[in-house]
Amino acid sequence: MTSIGLAQIAIVLIAVIVAAVPLGGYIARVLAGERSLLTPALSPIERAFYRLAGVDPTRDQNWLAYTMAMLAFSVVGFGSLYALQRLQAYLPLNPQGFGGVPADLAFNTSMSFITNTNWQNYGGESTMSHLTQMLGLTVHNFVSAATGLAMAFALVRGFSRAESPTIGNFWVDLTRSTLYVLLPLSIVVALALVALGVPQTLQGSIEATTLEGAKQTLAIGPVASQEAIKELGTNGGGFFNANSAHPFESPNALSNMLEIWALLVVPFATAFAFGRAVSDYRQGRAVAITMMIVLVTGVLIAYWAEASGNPLLTEIGVDPSPGNMEGKEVRFGSAMSALFAASTTGTSCGAVNSMHDSFMPLGGLVPLFNMLMGSIAPGGVGAGLYGFLVLAIIAVFVAGLMVGRTPEYLGKKIEVREMKLAMLAVLIYPLTVLVFTGVSVMLQTGLASLNNAGPHGLSEILYAFASATDNNGSAFAGLTGNTLWYNTTLGVAMLLGRFAFVIPVLAIAGSFAAKKKGAPSVGTFPTHGPLFIGLLLGVIIVLYLLQYFPALALGPIVEHFALLAGKTF
Amino acid sequence: MLSQIRPAIVMIVLFTGLTGVVYPLAITGVAQLALPTQANGSLIERDGTVIGSTLIGQNFASDRYFHGRPSATTGPDPADSSKTIDAPYNASNSMGSNLGPTSKKLVDRVNGAIEAEFAAGRIDVVAADAVTTSGSGLDPHISPQFALAQAGAVARARNLSESQVRALVEANIEGRVLGAIGEPRVNVLLLNMAIDRLK
Repeated sequence: MTSIGLAQIAIVLIAVIVAAVPLGGYIARVLAGERSLLTPALSPIERAFYRLAGVDPTRDQNWLAYTMAMLAFSVVGFGSLYALQRLQAYLPLNPQGFGGVPADLAFNTSMSFITNTNWQNYGGESTMSHLTQMLGLTVHNFVSAATGLAMAFALVRGFSRAESPTIGNFWVDLTRSTLYVLLPLSIVVALALVALGVPQTLQGSIEATTLEGAKQTLAIGPVASQEAIKELGTNGGGFFNANSAHPFESPNALSNMLEIWALLVVPFATAFAFGRAVSDYRQGRAVAITMMIVLVTGVLIAYWAEASGNPLLTEIGVDPSPGNMEGKEVRFGSAMSALFAASTTGTSCGAVNSMHDSFMPLGGLVPLFNMLMGSIAPGGVGAGLYGFLVLAIIAVFVAGLMVGRTPEYLGKKIEVREMKLAMLAVLIYPLTVLVFTGVSVMLQTGLASLNNAGPHGLSEILYAFASATDNNGSAFAGLTGNTLWYNTTLGVAMLLGRFAFVIPVLAIAGSFAAKKKGAPSVGTFPTHGPLFIGLLLGVIIVLYLLQYFPALALGPIVEHFALLAGKTF
Repeated sequence: MLSQIRPAIVMIVLFTGLTGVVYPLAITGVAQLALPTQANGSLIERDGTVIGSTLIGQNFASDRYFHGRPSATTGPDPADSSKTIDAPYNASNSMGSNLGPTSKKLVDRVNGAIEAEFAAGRIDVVAADAVTTSGSGLDPHISPQFALAQAGAVARARNLSESQVRALVEANIEGRVLGAIGEPRVNVLLLNMAIDRLK
C-alpha cells in the first residue's frame, strides 16, 4: 500500500460524496413529483408517455397494485427480450448473420437484464446481433435501474406517509427515474468518456496492420453510450468481454475514476434522498455513513491483499512492489483495481476493471463477501437503499428487544408482520446461494465448468451464485457459465434474488404506509447517531458472517493458508 | 394485473425507442462531430494505412522492438473452428487468464516466461507486469521498470547505444496526472514507433 494509492482512493470517494449530496436532493424532488430545472424540457415527453400508456399520473396505487405493475413490466420485458434473441436470425440489423440464441442462454440473458444483473454467459461480439444489443439490452440497462429506484421510493413512502392506503404510482416512478435522473446523467457521462478516449461509432470493427506487419482486428462500436448507463445504472454488462479492463471501455486513469464515481454516485445519492424524503436529513446521513464504513473497510482489505503481491511468484523472482498484477492493467495498478472491485460489488454493478478470479485469496474474498451481504454498501440503484432499510428495520427490532420496548423506525411501529416479511427477504439470499452452490459441487456437470482446482474452484461456484442472487453480474470469470446447468440455475437465482426479495419489501412498504406516524418521545431510540450506526454494523456482521462463514472458510480462507504454506493446485 | 399489461407493453416500446435508439444515436452524432479522433478509436495511421490504436496493445515478437506484457487472448483455430488457440493481443476477443493465485498453471507459466526471457538475455530483473497477463489481454502499457529492463536488448538488436535507447524510454514515460492520478507507464506501440524513427 502506498500513500499515492490511498490518495487516489480518497479522491474518488470524496468526489462521490460531494456530488451525492446535491444529487440526492434532486432525486428526492423528482420522485416527489416536484418541478426541477429539467421539467420544461422533459415534461412534454413525460406527459406523452403517460397518455400513450393510458396511465393517470395523479392516481396512486396500493402496494399490491404497485407490485403487480412492476411484475407486469418485468414479465413483458422478459418476454420481448427472450423473443428478440430467439428470433434474431429472421430480423434485420444482423450483419454477421448470427442464428437464434439457444433457449437456455436466452432465458439466462433475459433474466439477467430484467433483474439489473447483467451476468453475461455469452460473448457479445459472437452471439448477439446489433438489433438485439440495441433494442434488447440497452433499454433494460435503463429501465431495470429505474425499476430499482421506483421500488426504493415505494418503501421510503411507507415511512414518509401516514395512514395512507397507497405507496405511489409505479409507472410514474419508472418514467421519472429514467427521464429525469438516469438519462441526463448518462448523456453527460457518455460525452465525458468520449472526450477521455472511449469510442462511439456505428462501425463494427477496424482492420489494422501492426508495426510488425500482422493483421489486427479491432472490435469497436457505440461503446461510450453503453458504458455510461452501465455504470450509472449499476448494471455492469460490458460492451467487450473484458469489461472495463478493455482499453476501449476505460482508456486511462481518469476514465477509470469517472467510471467508479458513476457507479457509486446514484446509490449514495439515494441514501441522501431518503433523508430528504422523510424530512430528516440526519437519517439519510446515518445510512450513507454506515454504507461508507462497509465500503471503505472492503477497499482497504482488498488493496492490502493485492498490493503485497503473490508470494508464490515473489519466490521465483518476480518483483512484488506493484502488487499482484495477474489480471490487472498497468494503467490502473493495485489501488484503483481494488477500489473498483470493492465498489462494483458494494453496489450491484458487476463491471470489472481487473479479473477478480486472479485476485489474491483475501482480495477476492472482499468482492465475494460484499455480494453475500446483498450489496448494501452502497448497493445497486434503488436496490441498495431498500436492501439497507430492511437491515435497519432488523437492527431497530434488535435494539427494541434489548430494552424491552416496541421498536419504532422513523415513527413507525415495527410489529410481527413487518418482522416476518423482513426476515423472509433476508433469508432468500443464503437459501438461494448456499443450496445452489451445494448442489453444483455435487454434480459432475457443475464441476466440469471450473477453471481452477482446489479451494479456488469452490470460490468460483460460490461467487457465481452470490453474483446472480445479488443481481451483481461480476464473475470469477474462469467458470464456464454457458451450460444448460448454469444457464438455468443462475437464471433462477437472479429471479429469486430480485423478486422474492422485493415483493416482501413492497408488502412492508404497504404495511408501514397504513400505520400512524408516532411522534418521537424521550424513549425513542434515535436512528441517526453513532450508536445506531454501530448497532447496524453489528447486525450486518452477525447476520452475514454467521450465514456464510463455513462456506468462506472452505473457499478463500483455506486458500489463503494454503498459499502461505506454498501449496499450488 | 391484466389492467397493467397495456402500460407495460407501451412503456417497453417507448423506452426502447428513447433509450435504445435515440440515446445512442444522439451520442454518436455529437461524438462524431465534436470529438472524431476519440470517437473512432484513437487510430494511428502511417503512410495512409491504419497501424493500430494508441489505446490497444499489439503483439511484438521481434528482438528489435520492445515487448508488451504476455496476453491471454485466444482466437479460433484455423484448422478446426470449433477449437480455440492462443492468439496474443486478439483485439476482437479480449480476456484475462482467470488463473487464481494458487494455480499451478499460473506459477508454471510465470516460471517458464522468466526462464525464456533470461535465456534470451532480454531482461535482467523481473518486473511484475513482464510475466503476468493483463485483465483485457490488450494492455497497451508496460511499467517503466520493464521498459528499461529491455533497453539493452533492443539497443543490441539495433546496433544503437544503450544510453540512447534508455533516454528514449525515459522520454516516453507517462507520469501521473497532477502527480497523483494513475500509474507511471510506457505505451509500447508509441515507444516502438519512436525507436523506428530513431533507426
